Amino acid sequence: MGFTLAVGTFLQHLINGLTLGAIYGLIAIGYTMVYGIIRMINFAHGEIYMIGAFIAVTTFTLLLGAGVTSVPLALVIVLAISCTFTAAYGWTIERVAYRPLRTAPKLAPFISAIGMSILLQNFVMLTQGARSKSLPPVMTGGVTLWHDGDFSLGLTNIQMFIILLTVALMAGFTLVINRTALGRAQRACEQDRTMAALLGINVDRTISLTFVLGAGLAAVAGVMVTLYYGVIDFYIGFLAGMKAFTAAVLGGIGSLPGAMLGGLLIGLIEAFFSGYVSSAYKDVAAFSILILVLVVRPSGLLGRPDIEKV
Amino acid sequence: MAAPASPSTGTPFPLAHRLRDAGIAGLVAMVLAIPFLGLRTVNLDQGLVVQANLAYVPLAGVLVFLGRLILGLLAAPLAKAVAPLTAWRPPASAQRLRPWGGPLLVLAAMALPFLPFANRYVIDLGTTALIYILLATGLNITVGLAGLLDLGFAAFYAIGAYTCALTTTQLHWGFWPALAAGGLASSLFAVLLSLPILRLRGDYLAIVTLGFGEITRIIILNWQGLTGGPNGVSGIARPTLFGLTFDRRAPAGGQTFSEVTGIAYAPEHRLIFLYLVILALTVLAAYTVARLRRLPIGRAWEALREDEIACRSLGINPTMVKVSAYATGALMGGLAGCFFAARQGFVSPESFGFMESATILAIVVLGGMGSQAGVIIAALFIVVLPELARGFADYRMLAFGLAMILIMIWKPGGLLSGRLPTIRLSTAKPKPVAEAA
Repeated sequence: MGFTLAVGTFLQHLINGLTLGAIYGLIAIGYTMVYGIIRMINFAHGEIYMIGAFIAVTTFTLLLGAGVTSVPLALVIVLAISCTFTAAYGWTIERVAYRPLRTAPKLAPFISAIGMSILLQNFVMLTQGARSKSLPPVMTGGVTLWHDGDFSLGLTNIQMFIILLTVALMAGFTLVINRTALGRAQRACEQDRTMAALLGINVDRTISLTFVLGAGLAAVAGVMVTLYYGVIDFYIGFLAGMKAFTAAVLGGIGSLPGAMLGGLLIGLIEAFFSGYVSSAYKDVAAFSILILVLVVRPSGLLGRPDIEKV
Repeated sequence: MAAPASPSTGTPFPLAHRLRDAGIAGLVAMVLAIPFLGLRTVNLDQGLVVQANLAYVPLAGVLVFLGRLILGLLAAPLAKAVAPLTAWRPPASAQRLRPWGGPLLVLAAMALPFLPFANRYVIDLGTTALIYILLATGLNITVGLAGLLDLGFAAFYAIGAYTCALTTTQLHWGFWPALAAGGLASSLFAVLLSLPILRLRGDYLAIVTLGFGEITRIIILNWQGLTGGPNGVSGIARPTLFGLTFDRRAPAGGQTFSEVTGIAYAPEHRLIFLYLVILALTVLAAYTVARLRRLPIGRAWEALREDEIACRSLGINPTMVKVSAYATGALMGGLAGCFFAARQGFVSPESFGFMESATILAIVVLGGMGSQAGVIIAALFIVVLPELARGFADYRMLAFGLAMILIMIWKPGGLLSGRLPTIRLSTAKPKPVAEAA
């Protein structure tokens, strides 16, 4: 009795952690791709995710007002619109704030990114208001996997949706990177930008597309969070961005599977630590594990170690 | 959102090209404006509704179109007009005056509170600016000189502040011993932190320092018993001058400044005193750094930034060099934190978030890494700009973010960039310009 309850609680934390981890992982991919190709921490990426979430709220509200009741239809429309507009933001940010700094000293784009992050946060606060926005639950219901007295182990439809969509996106994304011309161009730019340019790859375009793809994935994460929590504000990008960046480094920055693995680990650590120890210190646990991992493996779990050239 | 991104190669674009370029920028601006300016979600009692203000969308498009077009047309003539200004260098004879720059600046800063226009507000602003100069001087050692990117510097600031707060309220220490304790405690934490992470490089190091900063903040926020959690600590001892306080009435067994000197009591005295204390601390820190740069330890910091492997092969111990850079930087962060706590009389965790670390780093980078004068200019800019823009209350952070981007695009190396290493070998004299060209 006690034992099955313990197993049930464990599984529930596992489900919650996987859901959270999927969201972090999708944001982390944006960090890791941008880092891989231009060696820069895109600090404004968390705000991109926040913008995706805001566009999702606006679109959901418009659809509700227009009387769209079919949940799958609404989801498809919201995902499409949010991804499109957020990708446009991602493209513009690269063009305006980072491209002029392509050859600048290493920290210049980073400071520019912090400036962009402050700019976007305040832009959204001024245009949409500082109060948090909440949506009526769009997707309800779920399955009870198992129940025993007061305790029941549940998997909500939203959680299923998030986990399945993430798996599908990851699979699709791996195919894009490994099999298409864009993916090849991107991997080439990652290895050596000058050489890639000499071989006829349009480096600027490849970098722009990297930002567009990263922003699209962040927008999906934004839509998921809107569905999952139902409440967002202009400040959510900061913490989520920071954790996703931690996830990217934990997995080994520059590595796509690493970003996903890192995201899942951060999500699981958060869920288990808040479940079993203390929710106030869950971020301390995540960062401590990051530091421990880096002390043992300085280039992350799946990252390739840098070769020192003399 | 229009930025002067046109290439500075000097090839004059034909007007048609410029129009097309500006047209694309305008279209993009319209697309970006739709979800935020065109549609506004409004909280009502019965839930969210969306208000459409679609007139803003073409407006944004036209503004960006015009801005981009004008900037594009003006960029080349403007750059030509500004070029002689930015290329200006003081004549060689002015080099003799260089050593006087620092002392003159210090004298001017000392005179500030006694000038006619100096009211409470100016002195307060000057004090805040000096705190940031001290913080950035500390971070400049780690980032600018030793080249170790630190995204969690606010942690050292917080440790200094809380050490001061707790020693004065719990142990009833005075301000001055608490100041020393604050600096030392920060330094100690820096040594403890740096030991496990010395193997890390570049961005991995940056993320670990970021994590350390967040861990410190979260622990302070949640360790209710010691730090008071989100409520913070109040009643921190004020600085005293040889035991004299700046209160209206002396505490039991003490004396006030006005009683001893016979100067009539005025509440401004405390502000002026605080200003002079932080000025003294900052000058001391800047002087120490200037001297350290000429010692082997300071040279080792700069050498490590340039090439770690070369350092190792020359017998410099990178561990000691890195630990000392962290510890010295943190010492200054701790002193600044302690002063901050005593000045406010109150500390709470929200003063030490990531944005604080980012602001201090922005001062170092905007000023030009490794440059003390750059730190001063950038700190004044960062503290004074938002104050000047107070009239536009809501828009000032927006303008702040935009200014950070524009300055970086304009001067990617910081405002005072291009400084050479402090020391070079005498054989490696820079060649005369004519010969090099």
